[in-house]
Amino acid sequence: MRFEIEIQVTPREGIVDPEGQTIGQALDNLGYSGVHHVKAGRLVRFELDADDTDQARSSVDRMCEELIANPVIERYEVQIRSPETASP
Amino acid sequence: MKIGIVRFPGSNCDQDCHRAVDEGVGAEAVYLWHKSHNLEGCRAILLPGGFSYGDHLRAGAIARFSPIMREVIAFARDGGPVLGICNGFQILCEAGLLPGALVRNDSLRFRSYPVRVRVEQADTPFTSEYEEGDVLRMPIAHGEGQYVADRSAIDALESERRVIFRYVDELGQPTEEANPNGSARNIAGICDEGRRVVGLMPHPERVVSNLLGADGLGVFHSLIGSVRATGDGTATQTLEAGDGPAAQAPETPATQAAEAAEASAP
Repeated sequence: MRFEIEIQVTPREGIVDPEGQTIGQALDNLGYSGVHHVKAGRLVRFELDADDTDQARSSVDRMCEELIANPVIERYEVQIRSPETASP
Repeated sequence: MKIGIVRFPGSNCDQDCHRAVDEGVGAEAVYLWHKSHNLEGCRAILLPGGFSYGDHLRAGAIARFSPIMREVIAFARDGGPVLGICNGFQILCEAGLLPGALVRNDSLRFRSYPVRVRVEQADTPFTSEYEEGDVLRMPIAHGEGQYVADRSAIDALESERRVIFRYVDELGQPTEEANPNGSARNIAGICDEGRRVVGLMPHPERVVSNLLGADGLGVFHSLIGSVRATGDGTATQTLEAGDGPAAQAPETPATQAAEAAEASAP
């Protein structure tokens, strides 16, 4: 089966996120009040062939730990959509 | 004695490193291509600055999987001296040879100007020619030089005396103003547990001449002295057999000349 994978990588809690801070500051300067805790990150999307969702998930977790995220400074969230759930 | 300089696609300080080793301290420098599987008998490895693989994903994240890095990691685990400068430091962190990571400067700006760094420890292969507390003038040139790690990792670095260089002001104090990128505790360079792998953001290879400042020369003199002291197999034995004043002072011009003569001998 082919799965659609979406990985969101964001700075870990406690790690400074100057990009997020700057976006927050800029929004404030533009007059958008009430914006808090802006986090900027990275989105990685791809398709993956795997037997089932569990296999896809464990494979993607390994990819994230090894390459896509740096666990020292980043956390990641994985969304997996199977062909069934992807089609309406 | 050969010193290897790894070239990744996007390295741009490799020639400066070559010159620092070659013209700076009179040792043999060789380039090692990132696709190579062979360190060619080099006694130390330098990972130069630049933008390996375009800094895609994260600075150093792709370079770490280069074929040559497998050899460099094995070499480092065996106690071989490895120095990562700027992007080289980022690669060493990504490869897990050094703890922590280097993230975007807190200013969000690329910082390129001379800074002052204080030598915190003089017992590594790259700082043995300095005195602890020496303040050096070196340029920085980076967008992602902010050293971060969790608090316990930083505390461990401090207690194990593994902070090797720190950004300081003209009085030698690690002030906030002297910190060009927001690095935790003004950290500019660290070493691994074995004290043989060192990474730093400033560029010692750019200050190895009288015209531009020579504060970085000590890094390369330290390395040559250290490699010689840990048993090159040829140079050390020759020097010990010499039993002259030169044998006790490995960094005098006399020994450099002697080594040069030895190197050029058939």
